[in-house]
Amino acid sequence: MSHGSPSSFKNPVINWIDTRLPIFTMLQKEYGTFPTPKNFNYLWSFGGIAMVMLTTMILTGIFLAMYYTPSTGHAFDSVERIMRDVNYGWLIRYIHMNGASLFFIAVYVHIFRGVYYGSYKAPRELLWILGVVILLLMMATAFMGYVLPWGQMSFWGATVITNLFSAIPVVGDKIVTWLWGGFSVDNPTLNRFFALHYLLPFVIFAVVFLHVAALHVSGSNNPTGIEPQTDKDTVPFHPYYTAKDCFALVLFLIFYALIVFYAPNALGDPDNYIPANPMVTPAHIVPEWYFLPFYAILRSFVWDIHIPFTSVVLISSKLGGVLLMFGSIVMLLLLPWLDRSKVRSAVFRPIYKKVFWLFVLDCLILGYIGGKPPEAPYVMIGQFATAFYFAFFLILSPLLPKYEKILPLPKSISEAVLKKS
Amino acid sequence: MAETPSPHAASDCCHDEERRDFLALTAGAMAGVGACCAAYPLIQSMNPAADVLALASTEVDLSQVKEGQSLTVVWRGKPVFIRRRTQAEINEARTAPMSDLKDPQKDEDRVKQSAFGGKDMPEWLVMVGVCTHLGCVPLGQKPTDPHGEFDGWFCPCHGSQYDSSGRIRKGPAPKNLEVPPYQFTDANHIKIG
Amino acid sequence: MLRSLLLSAALLSLLAVPALANEENEHLKTQAWPHQGAFGTYDRASLQRGFQVYKQVCATCHSLKLLSYRDLSDLGFNEAEVKALAASATVHDGPNDNGDMFDRPGRPSDFFVKPFPNDQAARAANGGALPPDLSLIVKARKGHEDYIYSILTGFGQTPPADEKIAAGMNYNPYFPGHQIAMPRPLNDDSVTYADGTKATTDQEARDVVQFLAWAAEPKLEARNQMGFKVVLFLVVFAAVLYGVKRKVWSKLH
Repeated sequence: MSHGSPSSFKNPVINWIDTRLPIFTMLQKEYGTFPTPKNFNYLWSFGGIAMVMLTTMILTGIFLAMYYTPSTGHAFDSVERIMRDVNYGWLIRYIHMNGASLFFIAVYVHIFRGVYYGSYKAPRELLWILGVVILLLMMATAFMGYVLPWGQMSFWGATVITNLFSAIPVVGDKIVTWLWGGFSVDNPTLNRFFALHYLLPFVIFAVVFLHVAALHVSGSNNPTGIEPQTDKDTVPFHPYYTAKDCFALVLFLIFYALIVFYAPNALGDPDNYIPANPMVTPAHIVPEWYFLPFYAILRSFVWDIHIPFTSVVLISSKLGGVLLMFGSIVMLLLLPWLDRSKVRSAVFRPIYKKVFWLFVLDCLILGYIGGKPPEAPYVMIGQFATAFYFAFFLILSPLLPKYEKILPLPKSISEAVLKKS
Repeated sequence: MAETPSPHAASDCCHDEERRDFLALTAGAMAGVGACCAAYPLIQSMNPAADVLALASTEVDLSQVKEGQSLTVVWRGKPVFIRRRTQAEINEARTAPMSDLKDPQKDEDRVKQSAFGGKDMPEWLVMVGVCTHLGCVPLGQKPTDPHGEFDGWFCPCHGSQYDSSGRIRKGPAPKNLEVPPYQFTDANHIKIG
Repeated sequence: MLRSLLLSAALLSLLAVPALANEENEHLKTQAWPHQGAFGTYDRASLQRGFQVYKQVCATCHSLKLLSYRDLSDLGFNEAEVKALAASATVHDGPNDNGDMFDRPGRPSDFFVKPFPNDQAARAANGGALPPDLSLIVKARKGHEDYIYSILTGFGQTPPADEKIAAGMNYNPYFPGHQIAMPRPLNDDSVTYADGTKATTDQEARDVVQFLAWAAEPKLEARNQMGFKVVLFLVVFAAVLYGVKRKVWSKLH
């Protein structure tokens, strides 16, 4: 810890820079002395872990881009050349390819943590919304990245997902043609996906910056959901949480390394090692695992909704599915206002706690269904799971607080910590 | 700083401090080593890939090149100048006083001596056609090109002039045009690389 | 901590879902391959025999277009042997200075010569069925090595009475739909091994599967070796960081 006024660093070079551009003061304030609730559990490490994953993806991606050729005739072979001939190309590619999955694992844990502890509640609504924006950008980036190797799953995934937009009434087909830059997923599509796949991570980085900036205004939530009141409730970020987060990060990296080195293709689909063929669709088109719950929601809407007493279709099953899928994200955006509970943390909400775990289970079921062919009984299970997904947001979140008996809250964070130990 | 909550109960036992320092130092060192190890493959990936390294040799048929004519071929993505020199050019190259040369080298050392079947091949000059100054391709392969003051090659970028042996005579280039590794596979074919 | 572990475990179980999706095909013959596992390495003798099987049997129809002859040095061939193997292939090259295409002996830097100039020619020569490229076949099929092995050794069985085999097709219970255009490729003594190994159908299949596994994942050994070092480093690093964390937090408690 440095003492005295922030602009008087011991190192003269740092001091010289800091008096002209106070980046070190800022770092010191935001990551050094920043008062942080002292009762975080390891779930709070996943934000930092996600940040490291984003950096890893950008770094490895830059080096892959040096060898990748975004052209339908060469994309597949250029990826294989990276795997076979480029020095350590196999390593960089496997880190990048599996990094997407690990990034999503970190972010999903981060999101579920927020839902459990009510981190989205006032005054952190905007912080939460920025997080959902990051999730959306990540999905777009991951989707376009998956197209780049130009395997069978790349091609058919791109075809199916871009076709979602054709569900939009009137202009749908025009939008799809515009997205493709042609009349099917082809070279122009691959080219623009590469350009955007390179661009979006930097946009994510910018939104992450805003996300962190917003976080440092309100300060972090904590497992009790009670705001820190005195110095006794907080510790400086460094060294307490730098030490804790580094430990958590390295544990996560061990898990990451095990996948990269010993099961690099376990999360992928074998079909993507077959070059794209616009004439043959694989037997089962499945998105990457991190999209499966959304895919299940998309497929659970199987009815055409008519204007009553006519045969005019108001909402086709196609449009309905797309609306539901986007609706599932909108639910996340609205969550800060849907949840009417005065208490943040599930720790003090006995019923919500159970409902939360049901919600997690529901998301896992949706994921399972998303990986299954659209047949009985999977479709029906998917429909029930989708219904519960929306019920969680639209019914349980607003109404539960009315009937729930809240457990006695501790007066402060330090009291809660003392009671525990 | 006022808002800095001091770690309470600083029970400063020097023992503990030392141990933490040691551990923290170890952790810092490991982080440094780890970061370097992680950077190494990324940096290394920018070096030539295995398939690039494998494309090392080019075979050239010389039978169509007449005396006083030149041929340019590609080797490792660079132009290679092959010239069948006239006797006058050879003489000019061999009589040039060493003291005039910036990068002294005998013409005999720049062509194949006792190459194929023990024969000398003084008329065949094979060089990488890249100016040793800043990498431009000198002119002089075509009869209509400028050849400089020394009946050789002239680099249009910064005016370096090479003689009929490809040696630097005038201008900013520091070295003679490079002779690539090559050998005669028979009287009419060479293999570069 | 526990809950986070549970959550990650639950999320991970999701990942296993696509892998579990299995068709109603015959159960694959699961084999223990020497290159599997964290310390797996390829069996060089088997790779060389497998290359021989590929060259003498598979290569008549199946390309291996992502591989170059220089890659064969991985199988334990020395430089001269690789050159000789490359030179035994005829590479169509050109145009030369007269504008003509010409044939020349292969060089180590050449890609494996394809049996057919293009997909259309391959289809025409194989009754409309396209023999797939084998460069990635082990990674591109569910079941991987076991699937290829099961297919190669799954010929010669009598189809059940209720399955009609179309003309020009062959019964193979491991192939999706149980009908495959490829006739039985491997028989006892289809090749004669230089090292004296008895060339049974099973041995040939075993060898060529290992060769194709190598072709699909040539960097597997480097990956396993590096993985061990990286994980070991990270485990020690985690232990040190845990010590640091404990020490830092001990002041508070």
